[in-house]
Parts: sequence; structure tokens; C-alpha cells
Amino acid sequence: MDAVRVENLVKEYGPIKALRGVSFRIAPQILFAFLGPNGAGKTTTIRILSGLTRPTAGRAFFFEVDVFGEPVKAKKLAGLVPQTINLDLELTLYENLFIHGLLYGLSQREIRKRAEELLAFADLLPRKNHKVRTLSGGMRRRLLIIRALLHRPKILFLDEPTVGLDPHIRRKLWGLIKRIQQRGTTIFLTTHYIEEAEFLADRVAFIDRGQIVIEDTPKALIARLGKFAVDVVQEEGLETRYFRSREAAERFALELSGKSQTITIRRVNLEDAFVYFTGRKV
Amino acid sequence: MKGFLAVYLRELLIIWHRLPRMLLSFSVSPTLYLVAFGFGLGKELEVGGRPYLEFLIPGLIAASSMTQGFGINVEINVARFYLKVFEEFQAAPISNLAYVLGEILSGVTRALLSVGVILLITSLAGVNFFYGPGFWAGVILNAFIFASLGVTSAMIIKSHADQALVTNFIITPMAFLGGTFFPVENMPAPVQLLLKALPLTHAARLIRQAAYGEGLRWGSLALLVLLAALSLLLAYHSVDRAKD
Ligand SMILES: Nc1ncnc2c1ncn2[C@@H]1O[C@H](COP(=O)(O)OP(=O)(O)OP(=O)(O)O)[C@@H](O)[C@H]1O
Ligand SMILES: [Mg+2]
Repeated sequence: MDAVRVENLVKEYGPIKALRGVSFRIAPQILFAFLGPNGAGKTTTIRILSGLTRPTAGRAFFFEVDVFGEPVKAKKLAGLVPQTINLDLELTLYENLFIHGLLYGLSQREIRKRAEELLAFADLLPRKNHKVRTLSGGMRRRLLIIRALLHRPKILFLDEPTVGLDPHIRRKLWGLIKRIQQRGTTIFLTTHYIEEAEFLADRVAFIDRGQIVIEDTPKALIARLGKFAVDVVQEEGLETRYFRSREAAERFALELSGKSQTITIRRVNLEDAFVYFTGRKV
Repeated sequence: MKGFLAVYLRELLIIWHRLPRMLLSFSVSPTLYLVAFGFGLGKELEVGGRPYLEFLIPGLIAASSMTQGFGINVEINVARFYLKVFEEFQAAPISNLAYVLGEILSGVTRALLSVGVILLITSLAGVNFFYGPGFWAGVILNAFIFASLGVTSAMIIKSHADQALVTNFIITPMAFLGGTFFPVENMPAPVQLLLKALPLTHAARLIRQAAYGEGLRWGSLALLVLLAALSLLLAYHSVDRAKD
């Protein structure tokens, strides 16, 4: 049984076609990264699956529960970290978590226990009774993430969860995301930090202009380009060529050494695959 | 049930964090009305054999429970367009009915707070009424109807600017004309007919008659119950319209 199955999702905003038939399946406990340029349709997909936006056409299932047919049942299975922070600024951190817990049907005792744990994990416990208004941007984002974990969703949607976080916290969050996954959660992640997806994802789909271009494991996507990359800085900009072996890459670099001062040889990474398959830079 | 509680509790917490400011602002306009129209203008004025002040206060109560009930739309707009907290409700496994009832009840709560403030000022001014079941039924039903309409309008509009239009063209005129500041019977017959069709007119009459201790106006009560049911239905069906 798939944790998530999406069939032919279409979303039109008047003349704008945000999604043009998106289909994918995510097996349980997989971390699925959804990568694409600005405006590709990542947030639209997440919003439709979370019940915030009505699809123009298409079907979706969480563990065979019809997302649009039985929304309340489906929503119980899901957790959402939205791209735009949507916390109650005039309420305290704890009050924000408490309301969330009630919305998802938790008992007061459960809420209290889990909220303490999660606040401690996010280094926010000392701020528990402060208003969210007094938090920094990064602290707010941490609260946003632990709020989505409070009801222990089986499927977690993370829409650019680490935007604006410092590297320490980001790494800590990567650890957390891995641990959540190991506890049995299926994760749908979008991010513009491709190294984040490379580190975390079991499978990656590239989406461009409302359509999935390709889907595979990060390794396989990288292997499609080659093993080694040569970056050549020229007047027109940066050009990258891909090679199967280090020898071939070195031979190419040597040939060009007269024409350009800046030539680097490195391993191919997921960002190369992203640029190659979506045809644009992030 | 928990979903309804969550929505209501969220609004209560917001009210709680703002309570002193809110009570203060609730007291401004009734005080002004009482001073200007009650004492300033109305000392010698009588309506139906009673001092004008006694006519005015039940009207103010009706108008205030309407505006504060409807005023929940402002909170919803802030939650929807500015804080985006509305999306937290949309994503949560709660029914539309739970959401709508939570918001309406918080509108009724605000209305009751504002009525409480007016009653306090009134008693300080030395005016005493009967506060029986008829009185409270009028206040609560009126607040419920307009809170439902507040929710509905907040769901339908596309931006906060649209909201001012609804308030300026519907709510404010009604607050003045709906049997609040003058007896509707003073108007020319065709206008009377129109004003008697307003829900606020019925709420004001129900509240006033009960406050005078003159018994229940069953007709008005039945009409308000019917309107409450209809407006709840309307609010319930408007929630899905807020999805983009
Ligand atoms: N409410 C809306 N009304 C009209 N068009 C919209 C709306 N929301 C999104 N769109 C359009 O849908 C397309 C996809 O937007 P979406 O937010 O899904 O992109 P994204 O992949 O999340 O991009 P980003 O990386 O910038 O977050 C864009 O062309 C956008 O302009
Ligand atoms: Mg986005």
C-alpha cells in the first residue's frame, strides 16, 4: 500500500496552469523530495494535498484514504509545515501548540507532555510562555516544525522547512527529520537547498512548469549525468560538462587550460541533475 | 467536538490577551451615545411615555450585540489574510461545522462582553431594567445571527478592503435605522415596512419589551430563531468558498 498516491493532479488559476497532470507514488517511510524552480508547482501540490486548495482535477490517496472524498480522515494522517509561517503571534508558544493539539484531538495530558519534549528539542523551552511575536524568524520556523509533529502524523509535508535557519539548526533539523522518518513517518519535502535533498532523500522528483520531469533515487539521477563534472568559467558564464571517469574529465580540462583561467574538476552532485533536468538555475 | 473547542478556545485566548483594551474600547461608544443623546439631548424627550434614555439603552444593546457579533469578521480576516492561521484550521481534521460554530460562539462572547459593559454603565447612570430570559434570548440570538453573517462575509470576500464595504453599507446603516435610536413607527409607512423587515428591528423590540418587563414578543423571537438557523446554514456553506 502506498503512503501517498497522486493521480493526474491538475490546478488552474484562471489562465495560469499551476499543475498540468502530476502523478506520483510514495511508499511508506520514504523521504520523497520534490524539487523544482520557483513557481514550478511544489507549494500548490502540497496545499492541495493538505486541503487548503481545491484541485481542478485529479485524485489523491493517503494509505488508500481518498483525500478529497474523506478529507477529515485523510487530514488526521497528515502534518503540514507550510512555506509561509502561520503562527498566532499574539499567543504564547505553548498556546499555539495547545490549540494545535486540540485541533488534532489529543488529550490535554498528551499535549502537555509532547509540547514540553518538542519545545526542549527545539531549544525553545525557556520561551514556552512568551508570545510568538517576540521570537526571531528562525525560532518561529522551529516552532512551526514542532507544531506539525505534535500529533505524530504518518505523512509529513515539509514546504521549505529550513529556509532562513542557521547551519547549526539546519543540521540538527536534518537529524530530526531522519529520526522522524525512522520512527515510520513518510516525508514529502520541498527545498531549494539541493544538498539538503541529496543528504535526506530516498527518492527525488524534479518538477518544472507544473509537470514532473523525472523521478528516481538521488544516486541514479546523478549517475545519469556521469561521475565527474568540469566547471569552466567563460565570458558567457559558467559551463559545466559531465564525464564518466576522472581521466576523461582531466583530459578535457587540460585541453581547455589555455582558454579559461578558472577550471575545476569535482564530483557530480544532485544540483547538477537539478539544473540539467529543469533547464534553469534555482 | 474538540475541533469546535479548539477554534473557540483560540478566539478566547485572543480575547483574554486583549481584555483590558477591549473592555475599554467597548465602553467608549455607548458612553458617548448616552452622554450625547441620553443626557444632552434627551433630558426632556419622551418616547411612549418613558424618558428617551430608557428607549435608547435597549436599542444600544441591540446595536452593540449586532456590531460586536458581526465584528468577528475582522478577526477572521486577520487570521486569513495576515496571520494565515486560517490555513491551520483548513488543514486540521475538523468539520466545517466545528469551525463555524467556534467562530460564531466567539462572536457571541464578544457581543456579551460589550453588552455587559453597557449594562454596567447603565446601572452607574441609575437606569434599571428587567434582565429576564426574553432579554438574553434577544441579545444572544441577535449576536448569533450577525456573527454567522460575519463569518459568511469573511469567507466570501477576497481581501480585507472588501470587508469595509460590507460594514459601511449594511451594518452601520442598520445600527442606526433598526429601531435602535428612534421608534420605527415614526417613519412614513413604506419606510416602516422596510425597516420592520430588518432583523435588528425585531431584536431591538424583543430586547426593549423584555427590558421594560412587558413580556415576550413571541413573533419576533420566532423570527430570530428562524434567521439564526438560516444564517448558520449560510455560514456553514461559505467555508469551502474560502479555498483557492
Ligand atoms: N492563489 C493563486 N492564484 C493565482 N496563481 C497562483 C496562486 N498560487 C500559486 N499560483 C501560481 O501557481 C504557480 C505555482 O506556484 P507554487 O507556489 O506552487 O510554486 P512553487 O513551486 O512552490 O514555487 P517556490 O519555489 O517559489 O515556492 C505559479 O505560477 C504561481 O504564480
Ligand atoms: Mg513554494
